[in-house]
Amino acid sequence: MSLRTPLARVRHLGSAKDGTHHWWLQRVTALALVPLLLWFVISVIGMLGADHRSMVDWVSNPVTAALLILLIIATFYHAVLGLQVVIEDYMHDRVARMAVLLLVQGLGFLLATVGVISVLSLLF
Amino acid sequence: MVAFTLPANSKITDGKSWPAPSGAKRTKTYKIYRWDPDSGATPRVDTYQIDLDDCGPMVLDALIKIKNEIDPTLTFRRSCREGVCGSCAMNIDGTNTLACTKNMDDVEGEVKVYPLPHQPVVKDLVPDLNQAYAQLASIEPWLKTTTPAPERERLQSPEERAQLDGLWECILCFCCTTACPSYWWNGDRYLGPAVLLQAYRWIADTRDEFTGERLDQLEDPFRLYRCHTIMNCTKTCPKGLNPAKAIAEIKKLMVERKT
Repeated sequence: MSLRTPLARVRHLGSAKDGTHHWWLQRVTALALVPLLLWFVISVIGMLGADHRSMVDWVSNPVTAALLILLIIATFYHAVLGLQVVIEDYMHDRVARMAVLLLVQGLGFLLATVGVISVLSLLF
Repeated sequence: MVAFTLPANSKITDGKSWPAPSGAKRTKTYKIYRWDPDSGATPRVDTYQIDLDDCGPMVLDALIKIKNEIDPTLTFRRSCREGVCGSCAMNIDGTNTLACTKNMDDVEGEVKVYPLPHQPVVKDLVPDLNQAYAQLASIEPWLKTTTPAPERERLQSPEERAQLDGLWECILCFCCTTACPSYWWNGDRYLGPAVLLQAYRWIADTRDEFTGERLDQLEDPFRLYRCHTIMNCTKTCPKGLNPAKAIAEIKKLMVERKT
């Protein structure tokens, strides 16, 4: 039982003076994903039936590789930001929430890095 | 974590039934949530048949008639009976609204009346809104200045005054806040649409000199950014206001002062 006043409970630890950066980047990455995904889907459809060689040639172009890397980074960044919101919404145990947040962010970093290295290995 | 099993008091049983008075030609059935903390029993839903030829048009008229003539134990808040005090906010026909401005003819079939959702119930239709009131106090909803008070009124141009339209009309009934799923899950940290609309009412007031400090206090992943534009607030507001838009304006100012 707590005998703190309702106002003390509401004020709690004060404002984190943070959150705008997260909110803004979630929208910026969403916007960036619109042209990147359109380009990616159209390119892949255009290569239907192509052999491995022409796929490697396509990725080996510096512009293609750059766009692919940006697509990978934007996708995982956006996914981690979105999952963070879901976790903060629904997980109320402080320790478990921090653990799951770190796990999701770590997985996001790992998968994004694997994706980027895969593109680079085709490029060089 | 989200609770998947409901607490004991969430299981609602069928309660007592009061039939219409003999000779009543046009009747309306009211199903009303009842819970008495002193009885130790789980909540129940009581059924009342109202004679429409002997009752006012609004849901509040029926509630007052029930309390006066049928069942004096029914407990609810009401005061102004004309939609300016916000006391009789409750969940009617599945939507949070004011009993005094809700015409019972707009409800098809039985009128189901429950307290505002997801708040502790004091008794029957009376919710405990102490947390929401403390949240309102926390945003300091009054004019704050450092310039010494002028000899006369603090002036605003008609355009500056117009920026408060759609904000000052809020009567703090908390229909919107208690309709917001984000407030249901994180009400202890998220301020909720009603309080954020009030916060913006003072941010948008050109006479106030603490806009930046007010934004500082709101910039928080939970206080402000739990709003996911679900829009239940705007849909349910019995005064036709748009709390979601007020919250969006706060978010826009947060970005504006960074860029």
